[in-house]
Amino acid sequence: MNPFDDLYQEIVLDHYRSPRNKARLDNVPESMVHENPSCGDSIKLEVTVDDAGKLAGVRFDGRGCAISTASASLMTERLKGLTVEEARAMANRFIRSLRGDDPVETLDDMGDLVAFKGVAQFPVRVKCATLAWHAFLLSLPQPGASAA
Amino acid sequence: MAIAKVAYMGARTVEDVREDFPILDRMVHGKPLAYLDNAATSQKPRVVLDAVRVYYERGNANVHRALHALGEEATAAFEHNRAKVQRLLNARSRQEIIFTRGTTEAINLVASSWGDKFLRKGDVVLLTDMEHHSNLVPWQLVCARKGCNLEFIPITPEGGLDMQAVERLLTEKVRIVALTHVSNVLGTINAVKIITDMAHTRGARVLVDAAQSVPHFRVDVTEIDCDFLAFSGHKMCAPMGIGVLYGKEQVLEQMPPWMGGGEMISSVTQEKSTWNELPYKFEAGTPNVEGAIGLGAAIDYLHGLEFSTIETWEAELTRYALMRLQDIPHLAIYGAVERRGSVISFNLGSIHAHDVAQYLDKEGIAVRAGHHCAQPLMKLLGIPGTARASFSFYNTFSEIDRLHDALLAAAEFYA
Repeated sequence: MNPFDDLYQEIVLDHYRSPRNKARLDNVPESMVHENPSCGDSIKLEVTVDDAGKLAGVRFDGRGCAISTASASLMTERLKGLTVEEARAMANRFIRSLRGDDPVETLDDMGDLVAFKGVAQFPVRVKCATLAWHAFLLSLPQPGASAA
Repeated sequence: MAIAKVAYMGARTVEDVREDFPILDRMVHGKPLAYLDNAATSQKPRVVLDAVRVYYERGNANVHRALHALGEEATAAFEHNRAKVQRLLNARSRQEIIFTRGTTEAINLVASSWGDKFLRKGDVVLLTDMEHHSNLVPWQLVCARKGCNLEFIPITPEGGLDMQAVERLLTEKVRIVALTHVSNVLGTINAVKIITDMAHTRGARVLVDAAQSVPHFRVDVTEIDCDFLAFSGHKMCAPMGIGVLYGKEQVLEQMPPWMGGGEMISSVTQEKSTWNELPYKFEAGTPNVEGAIGLGAAIDYLHGLEFSTIETWEAELTRYALMRLQDIPHLAIYGAVERRGSVISFNLGSIHAHDVAQYLDKEGIAVRAGHHCAQPLMKLLGIPGTARASFSFYNTFSEIDRLHDALLAAAEFYA
């Protein structure tokens, strides 16, 4: 596959054209908007945790390129049902492998997220693919802090 | 709608001119490179690359110091190229030409040195809504230090400067007007001479950011009568890391040095120093001699093509592109002024500019995408960014045809 097709894989294009769990989140305050000023992308998240401490749902709102939109969409599907700590670990693993801190092959074991393997060849686009994940990490309570 | 006949740029064919640029026969992702990112940086002709190489192979020495043959030759070459810049800009004297790293450093020099000396609390620095960050942030810094205010000349819906607002905003509080000659986003060519005359009537200085104008047409500082003008070499066929600040001699004389070090001093004791004469007062440390030599070679090269020929061909390319892109559905082009440079910013429907640029790259077409270091302007336009095609004299109609076809294909791909 050439690098372009590697970047825009069919599953990425599918989630870009029909994003899952995308909604108007007017109730989420503007102060919670996470931005990538270098490309004008912005995202905000609504994360609901059930009584068992698992993520009952993640929804997103915002604007971005195909890569950042697809990544946000796939993220919302992937994180549902995980505990907060499992989700945090997954987000960190995803970000680390795209940034090159971990081998990119780490993504092979992460289900559909393997579709973002091609992004690692485009350093400028890594920020697009990780924007939603950074926003997610920031939306979580800090480890050790007790959630209200 | 391929143009079958041979395109001429003055006496030479465009294909012949392209032969001067080794990079232009490169393949990118299996396609011939169509380099349409000239507003970011231009490509370099062989004569410039050779001039730099020959300097290092045959003439390298430090300038203004060595009492040996190589040092004298290097000093002579460095000063000879300063004189070329002086003639290019039609400045009155060689002392008015200060070598910098580029436009950004030149503007920072003025904002720091002139600003620290002449700005007082409550003064106004007047900019425009279409400034590059390099002509905004240095003024924010000095205004914060000195307690001054920034004001902005607004733009019209067409993307020109609102000249009635200039009249209104030019109060007696304005100490300096700093504005771009050609917008790197909208392509607008601003009436810098008229604004300079208006500013001078009210006792304000004028700085012109000429990064997007000097590479494309003749810019005459004596005619404009601006107090400062800044440009970069790398956008006009010269290497990166060399640029120029032009300043009127009597203004530069009043300004304190900006950076301290070697070269800029006259005499130094442990307690204090006295300053060297112009232009050396503002050139601390070993200068970019290779850059000055490359810039001189680039100026000679552009003179060889003739600026009037460059201007005519680039205007033809821009006209052709505007005409050709008209039939692309949902293509929004920003800026619609009559007098424009060879810059076209656009968005393709709701497709993010980065996705558009990535698709064009796959087709071997290099454009810029993003906010173009003009975030306040993007905010005014209500968009996160644009894609931008910018032409140089070595671009062709067929490259614009490829841009057109690739944009149609991109619209289909992301639909």
